[in-house]
This record gives sequence, C-alpha cells and structure tokens, in this order.
Amino acid sequence: MQIRNQIICCICAVTMLFIVGSCSQQGQTGALNSSLADRSYVAPGEHDEFYAFISGGYSGQLSIYGLPSGRLFRVVPVFSVDAEKGYGFNEETKPLLNTSFGSIPWDDSHHPDLSQTNGKVDGRWCFINGNNTPRIARISLSSFETEEIIEIPNSAGNHSSAFVTENTEYVVAGTRFAVPVPQRDMPIEEYKGNFKGALSFIKVDQETGRMNLEFQVMMPGFNFDLAHPGRKKSHGWMFFSTYNTEEASTLLEVNASQNDKDFIAAINWKKAEELIANGQFETIKTEYAHNVYEESTHMATSTMKKEVKVLDPAKYPGLVYFLPTPKSPHGCDVDPSGEYIIGSGKLAASMTAHSFTKMLDAIENKKFDGDAYGIPVINYEDVVSGVVQQAGLGPLHTEFDNDGNAYTTFFISSEVVKWKVGTWEVLDRAPTYYSVGHLMIPGGNSQEPFGKYLVAMNKITKDRYLPTGPELAHSAQLYDISGDKMELILDFPTIGEPHYAAGCPADLIKPNQTKIYELEKNNHPYAAKSDKEARIERNGNEVHVYMTMIRSHFTPDNLEGIKVGDKVYFHVTNLEQDYDVPHGISIIGANTSELLIMPGQTETFIWEPKKEGVWPFYCTDFCSALHQEMQGYIRVSGRNSNTPLKWSLDGD
Amino acid sequence: MIVGALLLGGLYLFPIWNITLEAPQYPEPIGMDIFINKFQGMNPNDIKNINIMNHYVGMKDIPEQIPEFEIFPLVTAGMIILGVLTGFIGKKNLYLVWFGLMVTFGTIAMYDFYLWEYDYGHDLKETAAIKFTDSDGEPMAYQPPLIGNKTILNFRALSWPRTGAYLMFLGMALSVLAYFQNKKEASNSSQQAQKAKEDDEEQYSHNVA
Repeated sequence: MQIRNQIICCICAVTMLFIVGSCSQQGQTGALNSSLADRSYVAPGEHDEFYAFISGGYSGQLSIYGLPSGRLFRVVPVFSVDAEKGYGFNEETKPLLNTSFGSIPWDDSHHPDLSQTNGKVDGRWCFINGNNTPRIARISLSSFETEEIIEIPNSAGNHSSAFVTENTEYVVAGTRFAVPVPQRDMPIEEYKGNFKGALSFIKVDQETGRMNLEFQVMMPGFNFDLAHPGRKKSHGWMFFSTYNTEEASTLLEVNASQNDKDFIAAINWKKAEELIANGQFETIKTEYAHNVYEESTHMATSTMKKEVKVLDPAKYPGLVYFLPTPKSPHGCDVDPSGEYIIGSGKLAASMTAHSFTKMLDAIENKKFDGDAYGIPVINYEDVVSGVVQQAGLGPLHTEFDNDGNAYTTFFISSEVVKWKVGTWEVLDRAPTYYSVGHLMIPGGNSQEPFGKYLVAMNKITKDRYLPTGPELAHSAQLYDISGDKMELILDFPTIGEPHYAAGCPADLIKPNQTKIYELEKNNHPYAAKSDKEARIERNGNEVHVYMTMIRSHFTPDNLEGIKVGDKVYFHVTNLEQDYDVPHGISIIGANTSELLIMPGQTETFIWEPKKEGVWPFYCTDFCSALHQEMQGYIRVSGRNSNTPLKWSLDGD
Repeated sequence: MIVGALLLGGLYLFPIWNITLEAPQYPEPIGMDIFINKFQGMNPNDIKNINIMNHYVGMKDIPEQIPEFEIFPLVTAGMIILGVLTGFIGKKNLYLVWFGLMVTFGTIAMYDFYLWEYDYGHDLKETAAIKFTDSDGEPMAYQPPLIGNKTILNFRALSWPRTGAYLMFLGMALSVLAYFQNKKEASNSSQQAQKAKEDDEEQYSHNVA
C-alpha cells in the first residue's frame, strides 16, 4: 500500500508541475502579445477567429477573408462573370446574370450584410447589392455560392442597399439616382418634381432564403445614399440618408450641395406592411428578373416579373417622416440600442445624432417644420439629440463596439475616430492610409457587436505596398480595438474596391459548411451518376454528351461521330464524394471558360467545333497523382460525313 | 455465464474491427468498420474513397458482400444459444468447453481475416498505374496489419478491435470467471472468510489512499 501511496504522490507532484508550467507559459504568451505582429499572426494550420465578407466594388464580387490574419480565402462570384470558376460561362449559372436588359457580365457590388435573428448575426446568408444595374444577391454561407439575384425595378444606382432588418424580414434597396417612374422619354431639365426615388423592401423566406420584392415606397426624386434598419426599440423602422434634396440634374457637386440640411428619411415599414395587407397600394407595370440557383439541380433559372406594389407616402400619413440632417449625409447608422440615428454630413466636420425617442415624441405632438412633397419634416431641434463636434473632416460611416463606443471614418482627414455614444465626446483617433471609406467591426451594425477588431477600407493606396504600375490594390487596415486606444496591427491588400464589409465569428459559419454535394441528391436533368450512365445522344445537330469524371479519368474519353457545325453540350458530372476533390474540364478552341466541378455536381459547357480533326480535352484541376493522365480525344468529322456516334473508355 | 453468452449479441449491433487510414492530406482520417455482416465506412463515402486511392496501386475494390457475412451471424447465434443453455445446465466444465469453442472460432475468424487482408494487399492488377517494389525488389504489398499500426506508403494504417469484439472478449472472460466461481463455491468456507478479510483490508487501504 505504501508503494501505491508514493505513486499517487508522484502523480500529484507531476500534475502540479504541469499546472505551474502552463501558467508560466501563459505568462510568456501574454508578454509576446504586446508585439503587433503576434496579434494578427495566425499560425500555419490554425484558423482565424472571424470571417470578413468584403465587397469587391467594381469587381462585382464578394471576397472572403480571415481576421485577424487578413488572409484571402475565396472570391465568391456574384455580379461578374468569373472564368476561373465557370461562373456566368457554364449553362447552369448563366441565368443568374440575366436582367430586364439582357445578360450583364458585370456590376459594382457595394454593401454586404449578414442575415440576423433577433438583431444578432446568425451566419445563414450574406446579401449584397449590385449598384449599376440595380440588383440584390443572396449568397449561401454553407456553400459560399450565389444562390439568388433579384433585379430592382424603378431604381437606378442601387446604393442604399442591401441592409437587413432584425429578423431578416426584409432586405432593403434604395435608389441613389432618381429616375422617371415609369421610365419614359422626357427632358432632363424637368427632373424636379417629376423624377422618383424608389425604396424597395424585399421579403426573405426564413426557410429557403428566397427573396420577393414585396413593395416599393415611391419617394420624391432625392438621392438615397445609405440605410440602416432600426434596432431593438426602433425595430420596424428603416432610416435612409438623402442628398440632392435640391433635385439638381447637373453639376451636382455644386448644385446638390446648396441646402444646409438634407434629410434622413424614416420609413415605418410595419405601417407599410399593414397598408399592403389592407390592399392600400397601387400596382404598377414594370419588368425585372428574378434568378434562382437550385442546389439540387445545380442549375439556375431566370423568371421575368411584370409588376410591383407601390406605396405613395404622401397618401398615407404616418408612413414616412423626414429628419433634417446637415450637409448631405452619407452614412446613416443606428446604434445597437436603436435609440440613436447617426447622420454623417460628409461635407461637415461634425456628426448629428437623432434620438428615436424624440422622433416619436415629435411625431405625436406634430412638431413639424412644414413638409416636402406631402411628407412631414420634423423640427431639427425636436429630433436631434447630440452632435459629435469637430471630430474630423468628412465623416462617412459609423460602426459600434460592445462597450457603447462608436467609430466613425473621416475621408478627408484620413482617420478613424472613436467616440462615446450618448456623451458625444471624442475618445481616440487613429490615422488610416489613406482616405478611408467604410469601416467594419464584426457584428458592428447589429444589436450585439462582437467588437475586438476594426477593418478600415481605404480608397487611396499610394505608397503602402510594392508598386504595381499605375493601378494599385486598395488597402485595408486592421485595428485592435480591445483596449482604450485603437492600435493598427495589419495592412492587407483587397480585391477590387471594397465598399462595405461584414464580419462574424467563424464559429457561426464553420459547422454548417457544405463539403460535397451528395450524388444521390443530384437532380440535374443531364447528370450521369455513374460510368454506366455515360453516353452521347444526338438530336439533329445538337449533341449531348453525358460525361463523368473521377480520379483519374473521364468516361467516355474517346468520342467519335461529332461533326463540324454541331452544337455539343458537355454535361459533366463529378462522381467524387470526397471533400476538396474538384475536377475541371476544357477542350481546345472552346469559346468559353473551363468548368470547375465540385464533388457530386453537374455542369455544362457548349462547344461548337469549327474544324475537322481529333481534339484533346483534359482535367484542368490538379486532382490526383495521375491528373496529367486525365485526358481524352474527340474526333470531329466533316459536316456531311457518316462517322457513327461512338464513345468508349479503355475500349469498352 | 448467461450474461457472458448474451454479450455476444453486441456483435450484431457494434463493429467488431476497424481499419483507419491516416495521411497528411486526410486531416480527418478515413476508415472502415467491420461488422459481423457488412463493411461500413467511418464516414458516408469512406469505402468509395479508399477504393479510389487503392485502384492506383491495383488493389481490388472492397467487396460489398462476402460469404463470411452469411456464416458469422449464424455461428454467433449458435454460440449464444449454446452459452445460454450451458448457463442453465450449470455444469462448470461445460463453461470451459464453451470458452474453448469461442477461442477456436475466434482464431479461425482472425485467420480468415488475415487471409482476406493478405489477398487484398497482394493480389494486385497487372495494369496498376503505380507499381512500387520493396527493398528486396519484390512488388510491394499493401496488406493492412492484422492488429496494430503499420505505415503503407503515405498512409498509416491502424487495425484494432472495436466495441463488438470487446463485448465478446468480456463475454469470454465472464465464462471463465463463471468456471472459477463455480469451483470456489464448492471449496470450504474458511477460505471464503479469509478472502473477505483480504477484501476488507484492500478497502481500508483504498480509503487511506
């Protein structure tokens, strides 16, 4: 027994040593933490704490980064074709880019926003707007693929978009440019009083995420710049900043900067819902595309919609109020409590904070200063709660942390300024490099910001990186905001020109990842789900090749009987069911991109052979040790030849 | 004894054996559970993925059905019935016989498993894309270990018993225990008293510790 006691004592002692040892290790890590490099360092093989979804601006896409490392993981193609991924080139995704103007290969993506439940980021979907040809896209955060794009009619310059309400009831999309509604041939100088500004409310199905343009509030012809949904107490309201309330159509830099105050428009969308439910709306004819990608068929379809429900705010008291806000406000941000609506007058040095409580009181007691096109304008003094004085030059956007602080970017003075919500005092300022536009704190526009980091997205790069000719990558900067002072810990280059971004803890997204598409659930009409189903079918000059791919061969890989003038559809199914084993395919002379096909997926490209001969095709993704052998031939015969249709793999 | 025999029923519910393959490009290892009547991937597509990798060196696909899957469940059922009957009869020597039969069948099963593994690892297609030779210049074999861990090219193969087998071992141990228990009951009571005293001392020392 004594021996056993001794052993137990030894074990205890060793355990104590370990505990002491790990304590001193923690101490060391703490000391190292003071190094800036260490704070953005994510060791090889380790994962970042946060996802960042950064808009691509004129790239039209959405880039996925990790924070705090600033590493780029993926560029999700949204509004622009992407030959690397076959997006917009394969037959399955082409319908996603359809609009009432036909297919458009590009757009300008601005403001990603994440779906929320009870005002908290929930990691289901990311929404983002296309600015040029107004559209809203929904991206699945399981597959990181664009699943849906809806065009916004009666709109132009879809800028005050795509912002999500507390429970993802709606994604809103406000027009930047006022336009004639319906569009018609009329003199530009008759803009004033005749053009309209449509604010669109797109309802989101909570199960599928499917979007439906529920209604539009048809506002006067101002320019609607940015938007933010109410939070907590102000849930049910949507706030839009405006500029050009002067309704100028030319030399806006002067003519739209004359009014001392423009407006923040407060829309009571709960009221709007009531009106719609009571049938108090107008239905107007229009045309817009609604494009949906179905995961089970691996295929998108485009439907043209013909009408939209419209609400005229002048007709329905209580639907819209204007909050006078100095100097062409750009950013329109609501703090996590929902009490303060921050208007950043971009031509000013100060920011205006309106109070939601005061707004309701002013409405109740009719403290109005006239109206604009029948919409009541609330007295400035009766709605403003505070002003952040002389914080910097050219305030643009504000995000919040979880400690009651706000952070605003200043474009002209190139800095981020931290200030206290409620006391309006400036607490800290940090330079940016250079001329910062938007900023993002993970969850920083929601009821519950996650804090910790702040990403500043800059418009001007100049000397920050090794030069690459006249065109430079836009630069983002990462600040650690966990302490009293903001600390710049990382610079990283970005894709296109990021506008807004969204972020959330990786744990919200990682567990829901799609790793493969189950072959059994593949409902693509042209799928070949085993080598046995591989075949070729001819219908006149239209030829359908049902092809499969698996490490490391195509079935079939010898094809004969194709003729010059044929339209050959290659429907290629990746039979793999293992994570991260895509295969690609392309053929010499194909006038389209490769296909890059995920396990269990089917994609299609069209090849129209122009010359007789024997033409090779191959796997474009280094899939395996025998990737280089993954290849095949197609014999192309003359237009009038009698070569029979024949296909084989290894002679079978 | 009866409990011991019934524990064999676990063979119908739990895998008997498992072969796991680890490789750098498989941060989540892939593998196969061997049940009394089937092979099953540890993850939904593991067997398919093992077959894909093995085809490069000319190994055959893991079969979906083998004769053993018909025979083993019957033998096991027989042994359970036999064990339960033995328990009711209560003759201690029969317990040993049952144990002996289990050892015999177990050995046969392991030998059969070895043969299958040998064939699986050695009978390679002539047309294999990748042909490695061992240090003696002989064609390399890819036989997984009967039990234990082994490195095969870029994979580390781990071959170990699983719940079903452990329940079986426990059942076999119980049959032996039943044998000794039975024997002891026949012996004199003073020995029992002595044992009880030892147990008390043991208990005491536990408490002290």
